Order: sequence, then structure tokens, then C-alpha cells
Amino acid sequence: MKKKINLWAWFWIVLGALYFLVPLYGTFDFSLREKRGVLSLLAYQNVLADPRFRDSFTYSTLMALATIVVGLLLIVPTAYWVHLRLPQVRPLIEFITLMPFVVPAIVLVFGLIRIYSGPPLALTNSDQLTNFLLMCGYVIISMPYTYRSVDTGLRAIDVRTLTEAAQSLGAGWFTILFRIIFPNIRAALLSGAFLTFAIVIGEFTLASLLGRPAFGPYLVYMGNNRAYEPAALAIISLALTWAAIGLIQLLSHGRPGQEQVGGVH
Amino acid sequence: MAQATQNPIRVNSSRRSSVIRNLVAWAGIVPFLIFVILFLFWPASSLITGSFQNQAGAFTLQNIIDLFTPSIMDAYMLSIQISLVTAIGGGIFGFMLAYAVIQGGLPRWVRTALTTFSGVASNFAGVPLAFAFIATLGHTGFLTALFADKLGIDIYNLGFNLYNFWGLALTYMYFQFPLMVLIMAPALDGLKREWREASENLGAGSYQYWRYIALPILWPSLLGSTILLFGNAFGAYATAYALTRTFNIVTVLIGDQISGNVLFNPNLGYALAFGMIVIMAISIGLYTWLQRRTARWLQ
Repeated sequence: MKKKINLWAWFWIVLGALYFLVPLYGTFDFSLREKRGVLSLLAYQNVLADPRFRDSFTYSTLMALATIVVGLLLIVPTAYWVHLRLPQVRPLIEFITLMPFVVPAIVLVFGLIRIYSGPPLALTNSDQLTNFLLMCGYVIISMPYTYRSVDTGLRAIDVRTLTEAAQSLGAGWFTILFRIIFPNIRAALLSGAFLTFAIVIGEFTLASLLGRPAFGPYLVYMGNNRAYEPAALAIISLALTWAAIGLIQLLSHGRPGQEQVGGVH
Repeated sequence: MAQATQNPIRVNSSRRSSVIRNLVAWAGIVPFLIFVILFLFWPASSLITGSFQNQAGAFTLQNIIDLFTPSIMDAYMLSIQISLVTAIGGGIFGFMLAYAVIQGGLPRWVRTALTTFSGVASNFAGVPLAFAFIATLGHTGFLTALFADKLGIDIYNLGFNLYNFWGLALTYMYFQFPLMVLIMAPALDGLKREWREASENLGAGSYQYWRYIALPILWPSLLGSTILLFGNAFGAYATAYALTRTFNIVTVLIGDQISGNVLFNPNLGYALAFGMIVIMAISIGLYTWLQRRTARWLQ
């Protein structure tokens, strides 16, 4: 009986491993074949030498960093405040943080363009303001994940006691937030940050429709014009995703409890 | 509420100061509320109101009625079909994997590996995913070439095509089944071994165990997860766009409408987006409701 169950379980695992690994191996193999007849790293060299790669990658990295900072500054104080003073509002906040799933990226960008491309708030007339709008969109898209990590982190510490202790020692709200709360939930903050990074770095929908020179639109541009470089870029993107998720799992010390529900497809 | 009344910051308990205290407490979440209103609720609701207006701004139901014209209905049907197929396919496959790794008596490292890979794969989506499948199963892809060289089989002659419905479904599955693994794992952890043993002691077979114990406990999370997978595929844009630009699903149609007003009527475009919001709201709502039901069993 025991043996039979094991065989059957292995069957599914092998099938799953094949589904996962064959496209990755295939992509890797394909990315090495730019030079006819020999395996080479030419596609990677071409990509790395391409100034548009560097520019778009830098752009998206900066965008991801801005999104992480603004997202955390917005969500940590809010989640902290809800834990401490407004526990009755928690269902409302949870409802709001689910909304980005109800409004998919393509619909969100449609709405952002409708509101912010004309008076009174014509943000899309200037590149800088469009960058700002794009970042705000990214904060919205990553909000469910950031909120969830921060909330899990706050549940794990005693917010009330820490706050009272800090207050009785004369700390103000700024000190409490930045010197007590942030350091105490840094693992959760880093998880949220890495996941945000993984989402923003290759994001295509918002960046492309807002016309910004991000990494995602660059990928599509390469897909239209080159054969082997897209495979190399897919491998590079995968390595980044892997690094981000790997770091998250390392931070949660192998506890699989914190699920990450989906990315932006 | 009990927590709130124990608040140490309370100065005195007269009614007036408690009102002020409440206002101050609410003030703490105002920046967040303003942000989500400005960049989520206002844009989204402007699409909803726009779908009930004509181009002059007067109220009309014409855009909603126009959604039922064949070309737009086709897009919705295609989106629904691709989402259903990959939600059910990915749901079954993901469930089998999660069940194998949690209840199948496999070594611990298999589970860790599966969880890690699911975390990666459910986030490895969009444009790079499309590239990976083109490099593997496209006309000159790795597997296509392997089949041609080693077995003399041209899979495209056999009817396979990465750029049609089933090709897209195969690609979507790559982020669908890992998501199922991630959501089902906690539910399957809640399936206690004692229940199986107890049912076996009482003489129940495998069928009876599943019919009367496991499935009644699991069905809310099975159904809920499948619905979430449905929504996950329904909102997908980048993957389909990068794989095949001409694939006429709703998200691609909205993208075309944003960049080129292909419907020649902005308000019909808003109605298209409104229809998506309705379908997503129904699926996320059902998912949340079913997740709550499941939570009762998972201690």
C-alpha cells in the first residue's frame, strides 16, 4: 500500500518537474545558439552590450526602488495604525488591498489614462509626471503583496507593548515607527520589497501603455526584432525572479506559511 | 473593540474626547485612503461611469448593449474559455502535485523544492514566459527541433501550434498550476492523518474516505482556488500579447483600444473594461467567501 502511494506521488512530481524544467532548459539551450553550429554566449553579449538594455533595466530598477519605498511608507504606518488603534477597520483595509486583483493591470492603466491624461490633472503631458503616475500604479499593483507581508510581520510582534514601552521612554511617533516598528518587522519588509521588485522589474502592461522606456517594453521590442536575444533575456529575467523569491524564502526561514498569490501576467 | 478600549493613550473617557480620539485615530489612515482613491478607485470608477455615457456625456445603456455584438462577445468568450481551461487544468495538476508532496509520503526536500519552484513559477510570467515558450515550442524551438531531429516528427505538421488557443493555454498553465500548489498546500496540511486512520478503522475504503471526509472538507478551497486561477488567467495581458499579438481576448482588445481606439468609441472601450471588472469582482468575491469557509477547518 505504502509503496503504491509513493510511486503514484513520484509520478506527479516527475511530471511537474518536467513541465517546470523543460521550457527553462529549452530556453537556455536556445539562447546559446546564436552562432550557427556552436554553443556561444553571443546572445548574452549582444544583450549586455546594448545600451537600450542598460537604460531600460536601470529605469525599471529605479522604478522598483521608488515603488518599494513609497509603498512601504504608505502601508507600514497604515497597517501599524490599524493594529494599534483601529482594529475595527481591518476588514475595510483588507477589502481595499484585494481590489487590485479585481481591477487588472490593463483596466487600471485604462482608468489612469482616462483621469490623468486631460485637465485638470494632465500628468501624462510630462515625462517626469508620467513616471510618477507609473510608480503610483506600481504601488497599487504591488499593494496586496506588500500589505500581506507587513500584516504578517505585525502580527508576529507585540505592537502594543512595543509602542507603550517606547512612549513611556518619551519616544514620538516618528521614532516609534522608524526606530521600533520598521526594524522589528524587517524580514517582512524585505519579503514585500523583493516581491515588489520581482513584479515591477519586468512589468509590461502599465509601462507600455503609459509609453515609458521600461524593461518590459524593451523585452517586447527585442522579441519583435531578434531571435536569440529574447531567450537570453528570458533567462536573465528568470534569474532575477529566482533571486527575489529565493531571498524571500531564506528570510522566512523555510516556513512555507506565507503564500504569495500570483504575479502580474 | 476590546483592544481599542484598553488603549493606554486614552486621556479621559468623556464622550466628547472619545469622538475627537476617534477622529484622530481615523486621521492615521487618511494618507492611505487618499492614495487608493486617487490611483485606484477614482480611475476604476471613471471607467464604470464612462461606460454608461455616450460621447457627449449623457446617460445611456447603449455601450452595455453593444457589448453583446458578436465581435466583442467573441473576445469575452475566448477569454472565458482560456481562463476556464487553464483554471481547471492547472487546478487538477496543481492539486495532484500538492497532494503528492504533502500526503504522498515523499521526502521533505521534495516539498521544499516544490514550494520554492511554485513561488518562482507563479511570478515568472508575462513577456519572459512567452519568450521561454517560443524558444522551447516555437517553429524553431528547442523541443520542436528535438522532435524533428531525433524522431523525424514535425509537431506543427501534427497540428500543434504554440500561437493558437492550446498553445496559449499550455503557456498559461505554467503560472497557473504553481499558484494552485501554493494555495492548496495549507488546505491539504489541514487534512489530518488521524481522520484517514479513523475512517480505515471503521472499515471505510479509499472511495468512502474521499467521498465522505476529504472532499467535503476540501471542496470550498478546491473550488475557491480554481476560481482564483480563473481570475488570474482572465486578467492576463502581457503573456498573450507577447506570444501572439492577434489573439483576440478581452485584455488584448482593451490594450488595442487604449493605444489606437480600434472600437472607434471610447465609451464602448470603458464598457469593455467595466465587463472585466464585473467578472473579476465575482470571481474574487467567490474566492474570498470560499476561503473563509475553508479557514474554519484549518487550525
